[in-house]
Amino acid sequence: MLKVFKLAARNLARYQRRTLLTTLLIVLGVLAVLLFVSVSGSFKRLIVGQITDSMLGHVEVHRRGYVASIDNLPLNLNMKPAMLAKVDEALKKMDSVEAWSPRLKFGAMFSNFTETTSIRLNGVDPAREAATCPLMLKRFLQGTPDGGLVERGKVLIPDILATGMKIKVGDTVVLVATNLDGSVNGKTFIVQGVLDSVTGPGGRDGYINIDDARELLRLAEPEVSEIAIRLKNPQKFAAAAAAIRQALADATDKQGRPALEVHTWDQLTPFANIASMIDLLTLFIKVMLIGIVLISIMNVMVMAVYERIREIGTIAAIGTQPGRILALFMTEGLLLGVVGAVIGAALSLAGIYVLNVVHVSFAFARQQFTLAPTISIGDILIVSVTVIVVAVLASLQPAWKASRMDPITALRHV
Amino acid sequence: MSLVKAQHLVKTYRAGNIDVPALKGVDFSIEPGAFVAFVGPSGSGKSTLLNMIGGLDKPSGGQLTVLDTDIAALDRRAAARFRGANLGFVFQDFNLIPVLTAYENIEYPLLMVQDWPADRRRARVTELLAAVGMADQADKRPDQLSGGQKQRVAVARALATRPKLVLADEPTANLDHDTAYRILELMKKMRDEFGTTFIFSTHDSKIMGEAEVTFTLEDGRLMNEGGARA
Repeated sequence: MLKVFKLAARNLARYQRRTLLTTLLIVLGVLAVLLFVSVSGSFKRLIVGQITDSMLGHVEVHRRGYVASIDNLPLNLNMKPAMLAKVDEALKKMDSVEAWSPRLKFGAMFSNFTETTSIRLNGVDPAREAATCPLMLKRFLQGTPDGGLVERGKVLIPDILATGMKIKVGDTVVLVATNLDGSVNGKTFIVQGVLDSVTGPGGRDGYINIDDARELLRLAEPEVSEIAIRLKNPQKFAAAAAAIRQALADATDKQGRPALEVHTWDQLTPFANIASMIDLLTLFIKVMLIGIVLISIMNVMVMAVYERIREIGTIAAIGTQPGRILALFMTEGLLLGVVGAVIGAALSLAGIYVLNVVHVSFAFARQQFTLAPTISIGDILIVSVTVIVVAVLASLQPAWKASRMDPITALRHV
Repeated sequence: MSLVKAQHLVKTYRAGNIDVPALKGVDFSIEPGAFVAFVGPSGSGKSTLLNMIGGLDKPSGGQLTVLDTDIAALDRRAAARFRGANLGFVFQDFNLIPVLTAYENIEYPLLMVQDWPADRRRARVTELLAAVGMADQADKRPDQLSGGQKQRVAVARALATRPKLVLADEPTANLDHDTAYRILELMKKMRDEFGTTFIFSTHDSKIMGEAEVTFTLEDGRLMNEGGARA
């Protein structure tokens, strides 16, 4: 086989310009795809990370029907302490879970004594929320989380509210909430911090301590609306969610249906559609690469066969088996694919390194992101192997034609 | 026993709706070790005959036996195998592989057709390069060689696998007279040295006298068998 490779390499070297152009096309294709995969992957990770680490978590557990009514923040669909204990027990046993945070969500009236507006609030356990959504700590535009994410008697408000009502850290505000029984309760709070708004559900919510929330809502029991979960490996969120779902399957309602629902981040935010579009674009770019490789290799191999008809006639006449002639031409395609893929992958790695060094930044929804593109060995292998396989397939037809050529006709070719 | 035996050999080509006869019932036999020429004007059927002996073309009728093999009965793969094992070819246009050196061109059939081991290949190619007087040109590519040198390399390539029969279709047509004469001398020397039977075709009356046996073809028919002896 080595001899076939050697001869194929020499044949490619014979037509240097054409070989270089074809290789260049493949290199550019591989480079474009791998750079796109790495940059779009980085963009996706940044945005998803922003959403999951700022407010959503990777997975959330709710009582059945809560998510369908989440716009109303229904207090009657909170999880009872027994349910919460069951979830706590299940999550403690799961290696894939890094942290989880119980939240009590509700709507309230927000007043600075001169103006009143509505606000969506999250009652949270400061330490557990910070462990589950670590980027919360970086959302502080004013104030600090130094004494804990949100201290008792204090409130974190979104900047849009602070700007609109001219509220600053240290101001006293009043929160008024409707309780489960329809009564109303109010309580004063000090503004501890102003939070940067982020894209997605909950990105403009306020935060108070979960114990304050229970007092404000006059809850007899320590109920929660949702449990946000942070995973050790965010990439495996679907598998982790399935495992959590399985662990909670025996918690059923009176009709015997699962009492709890487990949702992954992509089921809870519209950004999942953008992420899917990025994946679709990546697939489209990959298909374009296959087209580029297919056409360029087929073109070069068809020309190679046409220009070497007499040579094919000669080697066939002196007894070269058709299979070996086929192998010779397919090897030429294979070598073009391998060389193009290797150089393309190497240049892509260099390009990704450069992008990481120069720190490419962009603004997205009032936030500044710095790209940190990476590429996995798996992606490099998939793209390279695809290119090589397509290169071999593209050379199949011309190679087949060469191997089936009648030696006399070929020898007579001018 | 004859190395090549043709009986009532017929070849007809189809051109559109018309049958064009190339060979019209040819009978001959060639003995092992002979130095044979098929002579005749262009279109007389020389190349057609050599192609059929070489298993590159099939007769339309009659019988053709080469090395006791009914060559017309072989399929494409078997014919290629037969050629690779038993025959050597020398072409009018030399037909060397342009990307290979003289050495590698001679080595090609040993490597790609017969899979000889490296040490045997090296010994055989070195022997042949010396035999055809091209030892000092071994590393040159075809475009660096003269016509005569290319044909010497082609003769060496044809002999590489120790074939029993070498077929040369107009091997001197693209060479000047002196070079053509030297190529025929070389072929004859190779026949003497290696015992290989040579069959060549030519329309050049000046060199046909170099053959020991001459078959004259005219309009697809064998006119005579001449026995020129050196």
